[in-house]
Amino acid sequence: MTRTTPIKVITANALLEGDVVWLSHDGNWTRHLADALPFSDPEQADAALQQASQRHDEVVGCYLADMRLGASGLEPTHFREDFRRRGPSNYAHGKQSQG
Amino acid sequence: MYQYDDFDRTFIAERNRQFRAQVERRIDGSLTEEEFRPLRLMNGLYLQLHAYMLRVAIPYGTLSSAQLRQLAMIATRWDKGYGHFTTRQNIQYNWPRLNDVPDILDALAEVGLHAIQTSGNTIRNVTSDQFAAAAADEIEDPRPYAELIRQWSTDHPEFQFLPRKFKIAITGSPNDRAVTKAHDIGLRMVQRDGETGFEVIVGGGLGRTPMIGKVIRDFLPVADLLPYLEAIVGTYNLLGRRDNKYKARIKITVHENGLEKVRDLVEAQFAAIAPQFDADAAAAQLALLKQQFAAPELPPRDDAPYQAAYRSNAVFRAWADTNLHPHRVAGYSIVTISLKPHGGTPGDATDAQMQLVADLAEQYAQGEIRVSHEQNLVLPHVAQADLPALHAALRTAGLATANVGLASDIIACPGMDYCALATARSIPVAQQIAESVDSLKLEHDIGPLKIKISGCINACGHHHVGHIGILGLDRAGVENYQITLGGDGTEDAVIGTRTGPGFAYDQIVPAIERILQAYLVLRRDRAETFLQTYRRLGAEPFKTALYETEQVDAA
Repeated sequence: MTRTTPIKVITANALLEGDVVWLSHDGNWTRHLADALPFSDPEQADAALQQASQRHDEVVGCYLADMRLGASGLEPTHFREDFRRRGPSNYAHGKQSQG
Repeated sequence: MYQYDDFDRTFIAERNRQFRAQVERRIDGSLTEEEFRPLRLMNGLYLQLHAYMLRVAIPYGTLSSAQLRQLAMIATRWDKGYGHFTTRQNIQYNWPRLNDVPDILDALAEVGLHAIQTSGNTIRNVTSDQFAAAAADEIEDPRPYAELIRQWSTDHPEFQFLPRKFKIAITGSPNDRAVTKAHDIGLRMVQRDGETGFEVIVGGGLGRTPMIGKVIRDFLPVADLLPYLEAIVGTYNLLGRRDNKYKARIKITVHENGLEKVRDLVEAQFAAIAPQFDADAAAAQLALLKQQFAAPELPPRDDAPYQAAYRSNAVFRAWADTNLHPHRVAGYSIVTISLKPHGGTPGDATDAQMQLVADLAEQYAQGEIRVSHEQNLVLPHVAQADLPALHAALRTAGLATANVGLASDIIACPGMDYCALATARSIPVAQQIAESVDSLKLEHDIGPLKIKISGCINACGHHHVGHIGILGLDRAGVENYQITLGGDGTEDAVIGTRTGPGFAYDQIVPAIERILQAYLVLRRDRAETFLQTYRRLGAEPFKTALYETEQVDAA
């Protein structure tokens, strides 16, 4: 098994819609995982999480989620994060309907 | 049915006004999430995986046509055109926006509904028999008592911060359709020397540590109901553990202290507080409630149209055989409307379906609808003469699936498709099992069978009391499903037994198919149900089918 570099992203839910968001390169919250800012340094990730958690009038429940770099960019390592980026499996609602 | 009085209306309006201001202060940044979270949970608003979720209480599972129309309107206007009916007879909206919730709550209040105490460590919505006031086997309608309990428990100042959530179920029938033995308190109506009272069961519950409730009082006179409930909850409030969330439910309190000690404390507390209760006022209120729940006039009707349709229409006959239940009045039936179309999401109804059911209830069923804990809708009083027309109307909206009580009538919690607590998905497993038994045309041959699926250990899908229970877990980052067999949620309640190692997501449906095929081979004859066969033979032959076949397949 090849060892992959652990990558973290900062994720949360948007305050008004509850929609899944990620902290992006430009410091805003993005609705697309592809635009998320990856952290490979755990200390930098923790520091950024501390800052992001202060933005309580924008988002709810910030945490670090594990990712890996796949063929199409950032990919969740856990199925829960995969569902969060896609939406429910019984209806084409949530992110999968937003293109 | 119960109609809100001025007290109810004023109370709900005031709570809604408060919550509107709290939402505004959350949005303008005056309240942090830490400050806001307990406030939103007190009003039934969760934050789930993809969105907020609003859980609306449907007291004891009873709705009027006007209320169901309003639930449909809310689904159309503020959600994605559907609602999800739950195992606690509630409805959940999966996609509300935070800033719309105050308007939704006001819309609910217009029809006498609210979302208060659908979350938090409080006394939750009181659940009941979905066939109340209609079932042929019933002693008395339990709903006036359930409403009395709702009024007593709503905003009860002593019970807003219990060690953990607290669920009460009540039934008026000896055949328990309300799973009373798996509730913190279960109330079973009984009669002694011509007097009606309750057998009081305490300390039942599913979840992490499943327990069958124990009888704490075998006969409680009706007049003592509220002081006795207050004595139980008050005793639990002091004795229940607050050091460990997983040991905080009353089932653990009873288990750790023993039933005798808990009973002694409850009886002592009851003796102390009973004199403080105004028995005359409670009796007067109960009499008023009984008037409001007075049984409808059901005039005799000629059942010839029913008999003719039953003889000539095979589709109608299949539906009548599974979805009807005997009514206490000759010539009438209780109709269960399946919210389990094969391949659909258990418990979901679209806004159009809710509108249609509201209309049909008005036309054929005294304007009354019930929600069952098995996630179906019920029309409690339908003349058999009207059944063919009702069935035809239901068919136009995909609401005539003939599967109530069969393999595809599956309870499933929302699981990881929605729930933030879930460890695996439930809904797609239910969808695939239903599609499988439908494609093999097996379920009418299999007969009565209860499959129940939970997407985490909290067991909202009641898997412990399923004849076949499925529990979805996260095993090393992969969905894994454990099977339990032999559970039973009736008056003979039993917790199911785990078969052994779990199955991967793509293996769980074939595993269930092997159990069903084994039953068809093992049963004595068609009259022996799955549960009877299991009780006769035990788990071993089913385990053999589950695991040895799997090894052969893998070889």
